[in-house]
Amino acid sequence: MSLALRTFSSMKDANAALQVSGTRYLGGGTLVVRAANEGDVAVSSLVRVDDPGLSQIAVSGGKVRLGASVTMAAVARHPELAALAPAARAVGGPAIRNMATVGGNLFAPAPYGDFAVALLALDATVVTEGGEMPIETFLAGRDTSRVIVTAVGFSLPRAESFRFLKVSRVKPKGVSVLSIAALLELAPDGTVTSARIALGCMADRPIRAKAAEKALLGCKLTQQEIAPALAAAGEGIAPITDPVASAWYRAEVLPVHLGRLLLN
Amino acid sequence: MAKVPVQFTLNGSEKAEFVESGTTLLAALRDKIGDTSPKGGCHQGTCGACSVIIDGELRLSCLTLAETCGGADIKTTAGLAEGGVLHPLQRAFLDAFATQCGFCTPGMIMAAKVLLDRTPNPSREDVVEALSGNICRCTGYEPIIQAVLLAARANSQNAA
Ligand SMILES: Cc1cc2nc3c(=O)[nH]c(=O)nc-3n(C[C@H](O)[C@H](O)[C@H](O)COP(=O)(O)OP(=O)(O)OC[C@H]3O[C@@H](n4cnc5c(N)ncnc54)[C@H](O)[C@@H]3O)c2cc1C
Ligand code: FES
Ligand code: FES
Repeated sequence: MSLALRTFSSMKDANAALQVSGTRYLGGGTLVVRAANEGDVAVSSLVRVDDPGLSQIAVSGGKVRLGASVTMAAVARHPELAALAPAARAVGGPAIRNMATVGGNLFAPAPYGDFAVALLALDATVVTEGGEMPIETFLAGRDTSRVIVTAVGFSLPRAESFRFLKVSRVKPKGVSVLSIAALLELAPDGTVTSARIALGCMADRPIRAKAAEKALLGCKLTQQEIAPALAAAGEGIAPITDPVASAWYRAEVLPVHLGRLLLN
Repeated sequence: MAKVPVQFTLNGSEKAEFVESGTTLLAALRDKIGDTSPKGGCHQGTCGACSVIIDGELRLSCLTLAETCGGADIKTTAGLAEGGVLHPLQRAFLDAFATQCGFCTPGMIMAAKVLLDRTPNPSREDVVEALSGNICRCTGYEPIIQAVLLAARANSQNAA
């Protein structure tokens, strides 16, 4: 294996180095070093930035900012991020969680990207040196993105309004059959006043279940009233097929698990 | 390819080596430094046989580049025994028949060590969770879980 690693102290210089073909950013390395070990010759050099700010978690006034190098383990143990802990703990086993970064999860192809599913439901903002953009825009363009993500920002959800579910076959740490995150606001009488639902493994990257979100508005979370939302959950999906499950199977079980998440 | 210097503490002693840029910590430990206790099972992050403890945290040495470990405190299973006396976890793995071919054992012991360092009296669920990134193809896991619980009991008896 020949992989040249270059470490920069300035984000600007690292971004410039990333423009050279064959160069990738090194986050926790769980995907990019794995690819190199597997003989992926598309990656010939790696860059990283040794700025401790990239590993910082800031929570204030209901706003959260996670540096791109923050690990899943750091999110999972942070006392103010309890609402997000289930999504962070869903990623890999303990050693993977000590390495896997928030920034890397944004780029992880399905069946990976469980944490990015949570960030999509939270309508996170993705921050780069050039500015900020909504996560949906970021995910759509990530294949051609040549810029280092420095942080993600979002409003801290109230624990009761944020739900996350990962379905896997091997417990407790198998890869996803699917994952679902939902941010739901309910009126005092239990009627859904806003819904944002994100799905993992239902495309090559996290996507929103927009038809289901719409169908949920004005409903109470009962078996009967959520039925139209569950029927709409499959609209616009193109699930992946991998050794864990076929696209057909993933599409079949999606409404079942969405139902469990909503009724739970 | 240019060689790069790496310097870290391995099981309490200073190590300095020149490695090719992009060398994994697993390769540096095994092929350069001669600590063959971390095993290369998959080089994919899936088996856990290469697990080591870096600055108190469990990590996969197959996915860690050696040159990112400058100044780090690295511990491997090879450094556990003291003066020929096995570490309580090593003793428990033998006593509970938790090692057959032994290939997974150093990784299992590293994962168990970080657990016991933080949670001296773990529940069975804690142990299962802590070992969830480590694969064993021989034992069926139950003896390994029992060994970790046994080591925890032995530790608490020694402390009492
Ligand atoms: C055994 C195993 C199990 C896993 N299980 C799961 C799982 O259950 N769920 C899950 O979601 N994932 C899983 N993963 C995948 C992976 O560990 C995570 O998705 C992780 O968050 C990726 O982050 P990283 O920092 O390791 O990425 P890296 O490997 O460092 O990078 C991945 C890609 O993203 C790019 N990148 C990384 N950070 C940035 C940045 N800040 N700016 C620009 N580009 C960047 C890199 O250039 C590279 O192309 C697993 C991986 C392994 C090996
Ligand atoms: S060799 Fe590192 S996880 Fe298998
Ligand atoms: S003892 Fe053989 S793999 Fe675990």
